[in-house]
Amino acid sequence: MYTILKKRNLAPEINAFIVNAPLIAERAQAGHFVMLRLTEQGERIPLTIADWDRQAGTIMLVCQTFGKTSGILNSLEAGDEILDLLGPLGTPIEVKKYGTVVLLGGGVGIPAILSKAKELKAAGNNVISIIGARCKELLILKEEMEEASHKLYLTTDDGSSGHKGFVTDVLAELMAEDRPDLVISVGPVPMMKATVSLTKARVVPCIVSLNPIMVDGTGMCGSCRVTVDGQTKFACVDGPSFFGEAVDFDELSSRQNFYRQEEALAREGEHKCQCGR
Amino acid sequence: MSVRQVMPKLGEERTTSFKEVALGFTPDQAKLEADRCLQCKQRFCVRGCPVGIEIPDFIKLLREGDLEGAARKIKEKNSLPAICGRVCPQENQCEKECILARKGQPIAIGALERFVADWEREQGICGEAPPQRGGTVAVVGSGPAGLTAAAQLALRGHKVTVFEALHAVGGVLRYGIPEFRLPKEILEAEVDYVKSLGVEIKTNVLIGRTISFEELRQQFDAIFIATGAGLPHFLGIPGENLPGVYSANEFLTRVNLMHAYDPSFDTPIKVGRQVAVVGAGNVAMDAARTALRLGAEEVSIVYRRSWEEMPARLEERENAREEGVKFQLLTNPVAILEESGQIKALRCVKMELQEADSTGRRRPVAIPDSEFEIPVQTVIIAVGQGPNPILSRNVPEEIRTERGYLKADQETGATSIPGVYAGGDIVTGAATVIAAMGAAKRSAQAIDEYIRRKKGK
Repeated sequence: MYTILKKRNLAPEINAFIVNAPLIAERAQAGHFVMLRLTEQGERIPLTIADWDRQAGTIMLVCQTFGKTSGILNSLEAGDEILDLLGPLGTPIEVKKYGTVVLLGGGVGIPAILSKAKELKAAGNNVISIIGARCKELLILKEEMEEASHKLYLTTDDGSSGHKGFVTDVLAELMAEDRPDLVISVGPVPMMKATVSLTKARVVPCIVSLNPIMVDGTGMCGSCRVTVDGQTKFACVDGPSFFGEAVDFDELSSRQNFYRQEEALAREGEHKCQCGR
Repeated sequence: MSVRQVMPKLGEERTTSFKEVALGFTPDQAKLEADRCLQCKQRFCVRGCPVGIEIPDFIKLLREGDLEGAARKIKEKNSLPAICGRVCPQENQCEKECILARKGQPIAIGALERFVADWEREQGICGEAPPQRGGTVAVVGSGPAGLTAAAQLALRGHKVTVFEALHAVGGVLRYGIPEFRLPKEILEAEVDYVKSLGVEIKTNVLIGRTISFEELRQQFDAIFIATGAGLPHFLGIPGENLPGVYSANEFLTRVNLMHAYDPSFDTPIKVGRQVAVVGAGNVAMDAARTALRLGAEEVSIVYRRSWEEMPARLEERENAREEGVKFQLLTNPVAILEESGQIKALRCVKMELQEADSTGRRRPVAIPDSEFEIPVQTVIIAVGQGPNPILSRNVPEEIRTERGYLKADQETGATSIPGVYAGGDIVTGAATVIAAMGAAKRSAQAIDEYIRRKKGK
């Protein structure tokens, strides 16, 4: 069974879980994800493998409450079990020496760049990370990112910590001084899109990590199909990392939003506060 | 000569519930039907069965009232009879060969197999784990081929471990075939039987990702690969990635594996008032009939050839027609049209069939200026499946075809790597449940011989 060994609250409605999963920990690489299911009636959702410990046989997952399933996961505690956990899935990024790599993480995109930063640093790259969130409280994994990078920049929309504005503002400043060899950007679609428009102008390769709707996560259903370079790709098998320049982000957004009403309804069913609704 | 018995079907609630449509023979019907069997000396029917069930023998036992004996007789050759009795295309196999088929009244062998298997299940099936005396075998995939190979190898005394990527067992029997054709309760019972033989099934393990093919080779005496053809094909027409366009695999997986039709489950599904299903195989019929049950008012099968060329079983086509599915034949989709991000229509072109070519197939060609639109809000693409790339990319190149299928001997399933066998759709391309089971059965025998040779017994 996949037991939660440790739970750490990172921010309101965001938790990190250390989960016992030796087979997954053994093979995990930067860019991999898992599919999980929590109850017999539950759906399968994808989550990035934020970190792993091969010796302990554990992986770290970070979850922000977004829909019903993520809400249930965040209500679990150390000692609880995850019903089903499949992984590691997807195609990892290529870890090698590129030179200078700038990683951008927005919100819960930050856990998705943590392992990439670690591995790229270990591979001898000069790692610069820029992490951002709406406000100070939501700026998660600062210490871990600090350790995984040679230089770390913080940004918040409201200016409560670091630079006031977006991660891409800092990237633009950095690129004005020096051209990085690789940029990696993980976060909301508008952020990744903005990153790509910057890197494209400077002809810098940029890897983004996509988060389309998935059902099985093994290439069986095609729900996660995205258009990359005019071709249909399955994010669960060929991705979720792709070179951003080639990605049709508008199509991704429209496909991501297909079940928004249903997700809202499912959340409401779980509405447990006393506000009278 | 008495007439062939027909299984009663579900009544009024048929298109509003997911209950099984075909209800199975009553005991009287089973008796009447069994009595019609001529018990031929020349057993044409057995030759028509991919797993070689001794059909006249089980029918004789059934006729004599020995249901237990009949069940045992079937199980000698077929580990999953309740499934085969439901989803086999008997009209192209055993029943086609039945001598009475010449008069259009073949024995309803499938319905009799189902009757016996259902009786057995109601008594509580229980296999017995035979003593372990063989080797260890890894079976990759828990679909019809995987389950059959597992059962057959366990019966020969091998320690079998089945690896399944999903959280539930059964492969296409679980995610593909709907409840109204194969109730999951039946699948569960068959899986329980396989487990009762000592087979261990590990879910949530994706070979090629969680465990590598090489690791499996090191850990087991032999491997049987039965990963099926689970990769959905698309048409490559404009608009195919609009929200609301499903592969049949996604649509059926949401409904069957994830129970999207049951409000107490979390997985959502959206079905418009008007639905087009592109394709005309059994999967297309399943998707169309499922869409109706989810509340669609108008469901059309869109197919570029005509009724005669449709690959779906006649029974499934009839079922779809009875339930009100429309057939837009000689029609080929060319684009999916949208209006502010919502699907609005399927643009199609009319087709005509040319004279048969050297292969005997009549090629459909588009009629100039015949474009028209079918108003729809949901489109389901059911134009076939290919091999899942994950395992294919993880095995040595020598046993893989360019298209990602596995190269294996047709008779034994042996690949060019000693101890590695493959069978079912991953070798043949998308075919039938029973063809996969037949291949698995032959492979199980070859694997058994291989292990004995290896162990010098």
